[in-house]
Amino acid sequence: MKSEILRIGEETLQQLKELDKQEALQELKVKVLGKKGSLTALLRQMGSLSVEERPIMGQVVNEMRSRLEQAWEERSVELETLALQKRLATERIDITLPGTRVPRGHHHPLTQVVEEIEDIFLGMGFQIAEGPEIESDYYNFEALNLPKEHPAREMQDSFYITEEILLRTQTSPVQIRTMEKLHPHLPVKVIAPGKVYRNDDDATHSPMFHQVEGLVVDHGIRMSDLKGILLNFSRQMFGESREIRLRPSFFPFTEPSAEVDVSCMLCGGAGCRLCKGTGWIEILGSGMVHPKVLEMGGYNPKEVTGFAFGMGVERIAMLKFGIEDMRLLFDNDLRFLQQF
Amino acid sequence: MKVSLEWLRELVDLDQSAEDLAETLTRGGIEVEDVENLNKGFEKVVIGEIVSLIKHPDADRLWVCTVNVGQEVVVIVTGAQNLLVGDRVPVALVGSTLPNELSIRKSKLRGVVSQGMLCSREELLLDVTVGLERSADGILILLPDAPVGENFGKYLGREDSVLDLELYPNRPDCLAMVNVAREVASLTRKIPHLPKWTEQNQVLTLPTAADLQIIIEEPELCWRYAGLVVEDVHIAPSPEWMQRRLKASGVRPISNIVDITNYCMLEMGQPLHAFDRDKINGDIHVRAAYPGEKIVTLDGVERTLQTDTLLIADDAQPLAVAGVMGGLDSEVTKDTKRLMIESAHFSGVSVRRTSRRLGLRSEASNRFEKGIDAYGIVATLGRVCDLLLDLGAGRPVALVDVVKNLPPQRQVSLSASHTSTVLGAELETAEIRQVLDDLNFAYTEQEGLFKVSIPTYRADIEIEEDLMEEVARLIGYDRIPTTLPQGDLTQGRRTPEQEFRRRLRKALAQAGMDEVITYTFTRAEADAQWGSAKHSIPLLNPLREELGVMRTSLVPGLLDVSARNVARRNTDVSIFEIGNTYWGEEQPLQKLPREELRVAGVAVGKSGRHWLNQPVNYDFYYLKGILEEVALEFGLKLEYRLAENQGLLHPGRSADIYLQNQCIGFLGEMHPSLEKEWELERVVLFELEFNPLFERMRQTVRAHSIPRFPAIQRDIAIVVASETAAEAVMSKMRKLGGELLQQVEIFDVYRGKPIPDDHKSLAFALRYQSLERTLTDEEVNLLNSRILEGIQQEFGAERRK
Repeated sequence: MKSEILRIGEETLQQLKELDKQEALQELKVKVLGKKGSLTALLRQMGSLSVEERPIMGQVVNEMRSRLEQAWEERSVELETLALQKRLATERIDITLPGTRVPRGHHHPLTQVVEEIEDIFLGMGFQIAEGPEIESDYYNFEALNLPKEHPAREMQDSFYITEEILLRTQTSPVQIRTMEKLHPHLPVKVIAPGKVYRNDDDATHSPMFHQVEGLVVDHGIRMSDLKGILLNFSRQMFGESREIRLRPSFFPFTEPSAEVDVSCMLCGGAGCRLCKGTGWIEILGSGMVHPKVLEMGGYNPKEVTGFAFGMGVERIAMLKFGIEDMRLLFDNDLRFLQQF
Repeated sequence: MKVSLEWLRELVDLDQSAEDLAETLTRGGIEVEDVENLNKGFEKVVIGEIVSLIKHPDADRLWVCTVNVGQEVVVIVTGAQNLLVGDRVPVALVGSTLPNELSIRKSKLRGVVSQGMLCSREELLLDVTVGLERSADGILILLPDAPVGENFGKYLGREDSVLDLELYPNRPDCLAMVNVAREVASLTRKIPHLPKWTEQNQVLTLPTAADLQIIIEEPELCWRYAGLVVEDVHIAPSPEWMQRRLKASGVRPISNIVDITNYCMLEMGQPLHAFDRDKINGDIHVRAAYPGEKIVTLDGVERTLQTDTLLIADDAQPLAVAGVMGGLDSEVTKDTKRLMIESAHFSGVSVRRTSRRLGLRSEASNRFEKGIDAYGIVATLGRVCDLLLDLGAGRPVALVDVVKNLPPQRQVSLSASHTSTVLGAELETAEIRQVLDDLNFAYTEQEGLFKVSIPTYRADIEIEEDLMEEVARLIGYDRIPTTLPQGDLTQGRRTPEQEFRRRLRKALAQAGMDEVITYTFTRAEADAQWGSAKHSIPLLNPLREELGVMRTSLVPGLLDVSARNVARRNTDVSIFEIGNTYWGEEQPLQKLPREELRVAGVAVGKSGRHWLNQPVNYDFYYLKGILEEVALEFGLKLEYRLAENQGLLHPGRSADIYLQNQCIGFLGEMHPSLEKEWELERVVLFELEFNPLFERMRQTVRAHSIPRFPAIQRDIAIVVASETAAEAVMSKMRKLGGELLQQVEIFDVYRGKPIPDDHKSLAFALRYQSLERTLTDEEVNLLNSRILEGIQQEFGAERRK
């Protein structure tokens, strides 16, 4: 019996070495060590042995069994390693080929700039107000202290629909609409982005363009507050090291009025091509809300003051992205749009 | 307004350079657009004297000249043949760039080094009035007294710089040199030296004309009219200094009389007009034109006038269009012996309307339009008298001054403490006093409250805030600190609608579409095609014909963009726009129209080529897939029904889109018959109203728990008639499957062999699941075959094996 055990054992070990598949390995294991396996069958015959022989034979069988199991384990690991090596050897790709493209659309640069401006002012507690693009003469001009025949109306060439209805030339009418709506609530603190229209078309003017208006009305609003808010905005928009300066200007709906320059984002103020050597770049117009405009909005200029500002989105986009010709923004060439 | 620095220096003490002054003015609120240096090109051109002339050793036609240029003696080689030793000539030194853009460098001519260039008239862009006659065919030869070594520009009197002021409409006063000088004086705290006629209450003492009356028939349009009668007129050119200043200001010199009127206008801001007194029949009438009345203006054009045109006329005929242009008949000529010089106020509105209509805009009309100082009308004539006498151009003999209307002289209060509060800057009362002194405004003061008398030339100052601006700009806006508003805390956030718009934009971009922004005005025919001609709103004055109406559809703009891109070989286009359309309810508009926000998309071409994947054609299903993604994101149940508008869309490949039984837009391939017109092939597009999407979008997400029991999947493949809608089959399946049928998906559509013609095979995956228990194969099989039977009955479907 012992010789039989040894014979099965040696034979099996020999076979193990020749097998090269995990499945065959498993098959052989069942054939030898399984319920009906050859070695198991020998173990069953142990009942016929004498009491003295039994433990000896048992030991022989168990030893063989564990020897085989170890051999199986080793062969299995060996085969796995071989298989892995083989797989790695065949699975080679050219990592320099371009990756699968996930289609990605692009937001128009003007949208991106408007959203960035919105986010900055939302962070400062402003709400976003909107108004119609087709406006009445009253809201676009008269309520903004620009009566009919006022010479300042000429600053803007308007698109008219009728004598009394026109495409708004500025987002400023939203100032009046907002005040009318919110009155007598305080504070009024809104920005109003949107399309505006002027009869003009060249490299720096488009007949349709975008503005963002700002309006703050409350007790005790000061011109220094305007400066603070705009400094904050400029630094978020153009960089933390930016400075601003105010220059006297004229708008019919603000008094005092100021043009706001930001220190050049390209040269930092030293003077370069972008800022035409001045170190400053004009970015927006602003001022303290004219008392007549507050009155038109329903507020008492003796009790409250306010400031307002308006900026051209195209201009800011052109500065931010280094766009030289405004017409590119409305040409919508995909090679242009897909850069953003 | 062009401001000659040389002129300005006469009117105010100035120690700044042109560039520094420009900066001072700009920071003070008078924007200087440009500084023009009249000496440009002459910076390194000096007057030299020819010391010796020697033939070039190696060239017959060249001369080697030794030239004394003052500080040194230089050697210059020239090819000119008109020079003599001792001639004084303009020498362009090494490093100059001449007016004709020629740059002068040290050079070698046939072995001899030349240290500059002797210049001809042509090279310096000069006319024949400069230099000796001998200059004609070579180097410009100057008069023998030309100072050697002096800058040539200075010699020509061209050292001046001109500031170009970009004036805001509130500062028409700065259309006068004296007021620019006042402004400079205020900003730099210098003393102005103005003609005495700028001082208040100057009286021009002249007898009243016995034979001339002035009758103002339109006192609303003409507040004041003064006429100065001049005799012994001697017409001649005006002196060089006056011509130079006029040219620097952009005004062409004509004759002493015309030049004096223009000079005084530029100086004092009051437009003037000289009539030939002997051509005036009877009295002067300031009146409206009669119907059909005609006048031949100075430019020789006969003009028919409207009845709202203001005229200067005599008893017989019109003499001038008030404030706009004189008449040819009463023009000053070389034979003129007597003058009437007009100094008057005309309504800005009236002058603007007339000058627009006649297409005549001038320095004079511009000043009337912006508004002149009616108080300065006679004072300006005083200045004219001085110049007439100084130049010996004529003898003022009489004055007629008719005043109908003068604006009130203003007093405005200014509180020091209120100013500090509004500006947010701590200002001392003394600082405000200083500002008012610098402005030369008269005032009284009581405990920080000022009562300021506003000079008549500063009509822009009406209220306290206007004075605050004067204070702020004179102390400098830099004095205002930066603070933040002190009021209640406010919440900054987008409205739900604004937020939805933003998310919708993001969703479409994430689906691979590029956002575009197109003009909201478009071609009338294109808008009529895709939108509604009945509602589209025409502009009265469009920029171009093809931008003539406000759009009622976003589609034409997107198709234009697509065609433009395809024409430029950007062949694969997938774009969208979110923007307004504009709907008028009546023609012409009586009230503001409805502005309706829409979202539209266009795709043409195919998805990007890639070595690994086949490109996909942009087709109906491509855009539908994008819309489905969007619908899924916002919990919208969009329904697709056969399109009704079949003229624009491919009848077999288009759908109207419904949301809760309301048609909100369409999706489809453009009708092949339109492809030529739009220069696009196989283009698919959609357009949806924004508001219904927003109103019905899912506001919040309610999460479902994940089923704990396993699902069982069964596939069903059937053959149905081609026209059977897959959605109809699926919805029947859902109905028959009840709540155990958790999901139906179509995973294959097939036409062709072995499926009979006019038929198609559809394959569905059905997923069965219960939330309460594990389903058995038996019950699923039973349910599945009931579904199969149901659709076999309903659609005549056959099971495909």
